[in-house]
Amino acid sequence: MTDAAIDPANARLGRFLRDNPVIPLIAFLVLLIAVLEIMKPGMITPFRVGRDGLISTFWVGNLVKFAIPLAMLAACQVLTMLTAGIDLSASVVATVAAFVCATASPLVGVGPAVLIALGAGALVGLVNGIGAGIVRVHPLIMTLGTGLIATGCLQVYQRFVISTGTEIPEFLLWLGTGRSFGMPNGLFMFVPFAFGILWLMRFSGFGRLLFALGSNENAARLSGVRSWQVIVALYVLSSLIAALAGLLYLGMIRTPSLSLANPLLLPSVAAAVIGGTSIFGGRGSFGGAIVGALILRVIETLLTLLQMPQGARIAIFGLIILAVTAVYVRITGQR
Amino acid sequence: MTGFIQRNAWTLGLLVLFLILLGTTKSMQPDFGVSGLESLARAALPFAFATAGMAVVVIVGGIDLSVASMMAVCSVTAAVLMPSVGGVAGVLVVLALGAAMGAINGGLIVVTKVPDIVVTLAMLFVWEGFALLILSTPGGRVADWLQASTQGSAIFSGLPKALVVIAFISAAIWIPIQRSKLGLSIYATGSDESAAFRSGVPVGRTRVAAYSICGLFCAFGGLSLASLTGIGEPVPGPYLMASVAAVVLGGVVLGGGRGGLLGPIIAVFVLRIIRTILTFAGVDPNVTTIIEGTVMVGVVMLATIVTYQGART
Repeated sequence: MTDAAIDPANARLGRFLRDNPVIPLIAFLVLLIAVLEIMKPGMITPFRVGRDGLISTFWVGNLVKFAIPLAMLAACQVLTMLTAGIDLSASVVATVAAFVCATASPLVGVGPAVLIALGAGALVGLVNGIGAGIVRVHPLIMTLGTGLIATGCLQVYQRFVISTGTEIPEFLLWLGTGRSFGMPNGLFMFVPFAFGILWLMRFSGFGRLLFALGSNENAARLSGVRSWQVIVALYVLSSLIAALAGLLYLGMIRTPSLSLANPLLLPSVAAAVIGGTSIFGGRGSFGGAIVGALILRVIETLLTLLQMPQGARIAIFGLIILAVTAVYVRITGQR
Repeated sequence: MTGFIQRNAWTLGLLVLFLILLGTTKSMQPDFGVSGLESLARAALPFAFATAGMAVVVIVGGIDLSVASMMAVCSVTAAVLMPSVGGVAGVLVVLALGAAMGAINGGLIVVTKVPDIVVTLAMLFVWEGFALLILSTPGGRVADWLQASTQGSAIFSGLPKALVVIAFISAAIWIPIQRSKLGLSIYATGSDESAAFRSGVPVGRTRVAAYSICGLFCAFGGLSLASLTGIGEPVPGPYLMASVAAVVLGGVVLGGGRGGLLGPIIAVFVLRIIRTILTFAGVDPNVTTIIEGTVMVGVVMLATIVTYQGART
């Protein structure tokens, strides 16, 4: 509050950036890409080393391809964070969906296998929703717990299907590894998905209920929102998104394993937070999370290029997440 | 007396639950005796320290996702230092390092004003990276007396040394703090930060102190890890999740201001003995994971229904 009196121009900038959190993030993304280009000339702009094209579609395609599953899992975090929750079972759900789909396909065919995979995801989401919405356990605990249970179930399930072998559905391979016009085919799924989420958050009644519950749950409840219904629906939706992301990731990695998507969990939280979503609820944007996922992927490329030992890479990754969030909090003046 | 029972109902209930489970174990496996208790206490050791650290930061109203990583840093530092500087100096360095790491976590939270969960999430990567920089593969060696300090029984046969270590260290750290002004500030900050601030509690300093205590407990956790295995292990173990579960099960409210250290530590033993019972019952280890998770979620659900049905509307 005092900042506004001292420096109105700064405060106005802060307010503008708060309303448009994506703008400084895109600026930061461009800055990072510029650093990358300076470090390794020709990587992004091949014309400088005599090849065709202003911007390397291969590089951009790769960046986008690996940012898609991360951005989808970040969507789970953004949506649940709107109601001051978090979904730490998202990565496990993605892994379960991928593994179930790959092992069930040779047994029951591709279509039913995908349905079973999505169903398994929805089941985890339903348990999360009942725990968080009806019993009112803290979502952090609830989703950690269901994640653990689901991992255990997956290990038991694995022994029943160990002899059946795996098969990765054609269309998932096409989505995951194929390219059209230099861009990954995953975009065919991701672009409608992203518009769906953006529409859901901005224009649908459900989205408004999420914001209302996150801003002030008591007020929302007194205004007649049945919060438990909203929260159950929210966690089921979140798990379905995670399962979808897992299926896409399966097509990308092509080897189902029991810990396929688990390394994506903490980065997905980081992408959502960098993208300007508040973990205390009531404020968030999926656009920001998409840019956040791209930023994380560029940072990873950057650190790999520097050829640092793995330890230093992990540490710097953490420091950058912290620095970006701290700067963001400083600029917009809110948590 | 009734007041004491009422105030500590949750902890006493846990203790009774633990004794019942202990009785169940004994009836299932009549051989379960001194050595069984000793291995139970040894297995619980790193979990207990991680949980104690987590409990302190949860009481102050935060959460520390980096406990497992800090423990990894401490365990590799101990294993690398001890062959050259000797056991006692190594232990002191590691303890100072743990407290310093915790203070850095707390300081960053206070200075940057970024939520605890995000700062410690970022620091989880940072400390994990440091552990890998110090020692990229499991290795090193710890002093023999440190390894001996958690094995066997102390004072009389049947009282596991590891249990004595847990009880002595956590009491020596926590009881003086809880009785002092700092303890009061920690509970005040956890209950209502702005009310504490307006009553003249140095909120920022209190938080840094609480995180620093957490770091100190993590240092003990790291030392106990090194003492159990004899080497340093740079990859963080499954202590984050287990410590959050034990803290909640131990009656500390997420959000802060309520609970103590005794409840969570008993909760650690409850969770460990469930695993022992399932092993004795011949349950497949994978199914054990499922049951453990279900028990955890179930207990937390039950606790939420019983305790805060009226409080949280």
